[in-house]
Amino acid sequence: MSRLPAPWGSRIDRGRTVRFTFEGRACEGYAGDTIASALAAGGQWMLSRSFKYHRPRGLFSMTGAEANTLVQLPSEPNVAADLTAVREGMAVTAQNVNGSLDRDRDAIMDRLGHFMPVGFYYRTFMGPRRDSWLKFWEPIIRRKAGLGKVDTNAQHRHFDKSHLHCEILVVGAGPTGLSAAIAAAEAGADVVLCDENPEIGGSLTYGRDDPATLAGLAERAQSLSNLRVMTATLCNGWYEDNWLPLIQGDRLYCTRAAEVVLATGSIGQPAIFRNNDLPGIMLGSAAQRLMRHYGVRPGRKAVVIAADEEGYGVALDLIEAGVRVMLVADPRSGDMQGPFEAELRASGVSVQKAATIEAAEGTAGNRHLARVRVGGRWIDCDLLTVSTGKVPAWQLPCQAGAKVGHDQTTGLMTLSLANAGVHLAGYVAGDDGLEGSFRGGRRAAEAAFSRLGYEVAPNANDAASSPTMRAAHVQPVVAHPKGRDFVDFDEDLQVKDLHNAIKDGYCEIELVKRFTTVGMGPSQGRHSALATARIVAEATGRSVAEVGITTARPPVGPETLGVLAGHHLPLERRTAMHARHIALNAVMKPVGAWWRPYFYDSGDEARKAIHSEIMAVRQAVGLLDVSTLGKLELRGADAGEFLDRLYTMAHASQPVGRVRYCLMLNEMGSVVDDGVAYRMAGDRYYVTATTGAVARVYADMLFWNAQWRLRVDVLNLTGAFSGLNVTGPKARSLLATMESDIDFSREAFPYLSGREGVVAGVPVRVMRIGFTGELSYELHCPSSLAPALWDALMAAGEPHGLRPYGLEASRILRLEKGHILIGQDTDAITTPDELGFGWAVSKKKPFFVGKRSIEMRARLGQSRKLVGLRFANDAKAIPGENCLVLRGGTPVGHVTSVGFSPTLGYTIALAYVYVGDATEGSLVTVKCRDGALVDVPVVAHAFFDPANARQEM
Amino acid sequence: MKILTCPMNGDRNIDEFQSFGPVRAGLDPDRTADAEWARHLFRAENRKGVVIEWWRHVPSNYYFLAERDLVSNEIIRTFDSSDPQGRT
Repeated sequence: MSRLPAPWGSRIDRGRTVRFTFEGRACEGYAGDTIASALAAGGQWMLSRSFKYHRPRGLFSMTGAEANTLVQLPSEPNVAADLTAVREGMAVTAQNVNGSLDRDRDAIMDRLGHFMPVGFYYRTFMGPRRDSWLKFWEPIIRRKAGLGKVDTNAQHRHFDKSHLHCEILVVGAGPTGLSAAIAAAEAGADVVLCDENPEIGGSLTYGRDDPATLAGLAERAQSLSNLRVMTATLCNGWYEDNWLPLIQGDRLYCTRAAEVVLATGSIGQPAIFRNNDLPGIMLGSAAQRLMRHYGVRPGRKAVVIAADEEGYGVALDLIEAGVRVMLVADPRSGDMQGPFEAELRASGVSVQKAATIEAAEGTAGNRHLARVRVGGRWIDCDLLTVSTGKVPAWQLPCQAGAKVGHDQTTGLMTLSLANAGVHLAGYVAGDDGLEGSFRGGRRAAEAAFSRLGYEVAPNANDAASSPTMRAAHVQPVVAHPKGRDFVDFDEDLQVKDLHNAIKDGYCEIELVKRFTTVGMGPSQGRHSALATARIVAEATGRSVAEVGITTARPPVGPETLGVLAGHHLPLERRTAMHARHIALNAVMKPVGAWWRPYFYDSGDEARKAIHSEIMAVRQAVGLLDVSTLGKLELRGADAGEFLDRLYTMAHASQPVGRVRYCLMLNEMGSVVDDGVAYRMAGDRYYVTATTGAVARVYADMLFWNAQWRLRVDVLNLTGAFSGLNVTGPKARSLLATMESDIDFSREAFPYLSGREGVVAGVPVRVMRIGFTGELSYELHCPSSLAPALWDALMAAGEPHGLRPYGLEASRILRLEKGHILIGQDTDAITTPDELGFGWAVSKKKPFFVGKRSIEMRARLGQSRKLVGLRFANDAKAIPGENCLVLRGGTPVGHVTSVGFSPTLGYTIALAYVYVGDATEGSLVTVKCRDGALVDVPVVAHAFFDPANARQEM
Repeated sequence: MKILTCPMNGDRNIDEFQSFGPVRAGLDPDRTADAEWARHLFRAENRKGVVIEWWRHVPSNYYFLAERDLVSNEIIRTFDSSDPQGRT
C-alpha cells in the first residue's frame, strides 16, 4: 500500500475498509475512495485498454474526463473509475479487452497499427458487397471495439425530477464560484451554487493553498441562509433563457435561473510526445488530487513537467509526500521565477529550463512508465506529472453563446460571451491566480445582482476590474517519427493521423473531426481540442483562432437515460362510477388514459359473461358507463354556423330538441371524428366526440375559431359530465318507473331527439340514440351526481332484468349493428364515401372543412370500401384485426373489426375491400394470421336489424 | 428551455405551448385548382426570415400569434389574434 499519512487524504475514512474485486482479484480501499484511487493505492495503475490499439491506460486527470478510466460494473457499463465511489462487494472488471486486462490478446493491435491508418473505417469497410458493412464488418468491429456490456436484466432504480428556481445560479464551487456565490448572497440574492465534486473548494481542496482560505469561505457560505450549496451535482447543459439541468445522484433538477455565473474553471492539457499515454503519466493536478483527496502516493520517482507555477507546486507536493523528484522540466526559457519555483530551487531539486520531453518508454508490454527522455537524456521514473497549461472549461460557456478565441502571443484559448444573463468568471473569463479568481467571482456576482436590481456595496470596485493576464507559455507538441504521440487518448489518434487527414483534404476542423473522430470519445475534446486546432493551424498556415474548435453541445458529461426519463407517472382517469364497477367485480381495462369495465365478472368464464351481457341488452335492458365520451357545449349566436363549418351535416337548420349525427373531416377530407349534436336551444348545442379524439377536437375547434372569429364559446365538459346509456327493449318501461319530469313515451320522445329534465332528483340531458341498435336513452349529468343516478337506475332496473355491461359487449353490439369506431374502422385516408356515409355529407352547404378535398378525391376515383363480412361456422380460419384482404394475391384492404356475434350465431367482420367487390354476395379473400386464405361473402353493414326497427321503436 | 410570453398567461416554459405553423393566406376552395389545393395541404414554406405563427398555450387552450425570427429563434413579440395592432 502506498498510502500517505493524514492530513493527506481528505476524502477517505481510514477507519472503514471497503473490500471489492477488480478483474476477479480481491482489493481493498477506504470509505471515500474512488475505484481508481483504491486500485492505485494497491499498486494497480492500469485500468483499461485503449479503443483501437489496446494499449494499457491508467488514470490521467482524476476528473472522469477521459475513456482511460472507464470500467464495467455488473449492471452498468462505462463507469468512470476515477469518479465513482468504491463500495463493499463491488465487482469491477475492465472492458474492451480480449481475455484479461493484463493479458489482452488484442494487444497485438498496437503493432498492426500501420494497417489501420486514419479514416481506415471509411476506406476499408465499403465492400465487397453493398451489405458487407452490416453483415460482416460491423459485427467484428463491435466485438473488438465495444465499450462495456449492457445488463438487460439490470434492476430498476428510482429516478425523479425536481424543479428549482433561483435568482443567481453559480456553476462551479472553486475559489471563483465560492466568492461569486457569497458576494451575491450577501447582497441579498437567492443563490444556488453547484459543483460536481463531493465538496466545495475546487482547486483549493487539492492545490498548495493555505487550508484556512477554504475554511473561511466555507464558513461564510454556510452562514448564508439564502445560499443553497449543492455538491456532487453536475450542471449538464445550458439551454435558452437560463434553463439548466442539474443532476444530483438519481435526481434531475430542472433549474431556471434569472442570472447564471459560469465559474467552470480550467482543464489541464496533456503534453504530446511518444508514448505520452503510458500509465504513470498524469496531470499534475491528478497527482495532487490523489495525494490530498485520497492519500495515495502517485509514484516513487518522478519527473515533473512544469510550464507554470502550478507545476512547481506539484513538485513541492511530491517532495513532501516522499516522492523523489528526479527533474523538473520547464519548457519555458528565461527567468520568470515565482514563489513556488524559488522554494523548489532552494530545496536543491534540479530544474531544467527550455526542456522538452521527447519520449517515454514503458515496462514490458507498456504496462507502466519506466523512463522519459529529456534533452536527449533518459531518466528512470515511474511518475511523470504534466503541467503544461490549461484551457478554459468552454463547454457551458459555448452552449450559452460564448465564442472561442486564441491569443497568438500567449498561446492561450480565450472565451468571449455576449449574453446579458450569463456571466463568465474565473479562468473562463481570463482571471488567473487565487486573487484573480476571487476578484473575477465578485465581478461576475456584482454584474449579475445589479441586473436584478440589488445594490452594489459602495466599497466594492471589482466590477471595474478587468481580468488579470495569465503567464504566457506554449504547450509543446513533439511529434515522433514512429508515432504513438497521442493527441486523443479516447480515439487513439496520433499527430500523424491528423496530418494525414489534412493531406486528404480535410482542412476544416469540423471535417477533421468527422474523418478522424478526434474529440468524439468520452472526453469530448477536453484534452484534444486545443492541440488539434494547433496542429491543423500549423499544417494549413492559419492561426488557431481561424481554425477554431468544434461546436460544444449538451450534455456536458455522460448522463443515464433514467435521469432523463424520471420516474414513471402514468396519467390515469377514472369515471365517477369507478368504485361502482369495482364493487360489481368489473374487470377494468385501460382505454387511453381512462379505465373502463371490460366486462363484469360473474364467476363464469369471460366469454360467457360477455355473451350474457350482450343478450341482456338484446332481450331486456343494459347499462353502460359512457362517461369517457368527449362532451362539448357550444354556446353563442353563431354556434350553428360554427358546427356547419366543422361537421359534414347541416346543424344550423337542426330543430331545437333534435339530435343529429356529426361527422368531422380534416382538411385532407379524411374522417377524423364522429359523435352527435343535441340542439338544446337556438344558441346552444351539446356535442359528443369520441373518447380518444376529444382533446384534439376541442383544440381544433378553438384553432378554427381563432381564425373565423364566430360568436361562439366552446366548453369542454368531458370530465365535468358523466354519461349513462340505458339500452334494450325494456329501457322505456324501466325509465317510465323512475321519478322524472320527462315523458319517455315514444310519441313525446322520439328517436334522435333530446330532452332536459330531472331523473331521480338528478338534472339530466337525455338523448335517444342507438349505438347498440336497441331502444336507447343516453343520460348525461354532472359527474358529482352520476353515482346517485347509477344507483337509482340499478335499483329501478332490477325487476326489468337490468345488467351493467362492459366495453367488450359494447364492441360486439355495435359490430352486430355495423356501426363504425373512428380510429379502428377508419385510418388516415378514410373518406365518407369509403364508409358508405354519403348520407352524412351535406350536398347543400357551401363550405365545411374537408369539402374541397373530398370532391377532389372523388374525382380521383375510389379504390376501396368498408363492408360487412360473414364467416361460416365451419370456416377453416377466422382473421384477426388488420389481416389483409387480397385480390389476385395483391392487398386491397384489411379487416378492421371482427368478433363472434352471439345474437346471430356466427362470426362477423368489417373490412375494406376493393370497391368493385363491395356488393352483397361478392366473395373476397382474407389472409388469416396463420397464412390461411379464406373466401368470405360480402354482406350489408348492419348485420342485425337492418331496418332499424328496434332502435326506433 | 425557452420562455414564451403568452398574451394571456404571461411568461411560461415553451413546452407548455404547441406551434401551429405560420399564418397562411386563406385560399378560396372554390377558386383554387386541384394542384394548388394539394400544394396548400401538403407543402409548407420554410424560408429564412421573420414569420408570424399561430401558437397554442396547451393548458388553457388559448391561441395567439407570435412573430419569430426563424434564423435566430428570437421571439420578437406575441399578441392576441384579435389585436388590430398585431396584424402587420
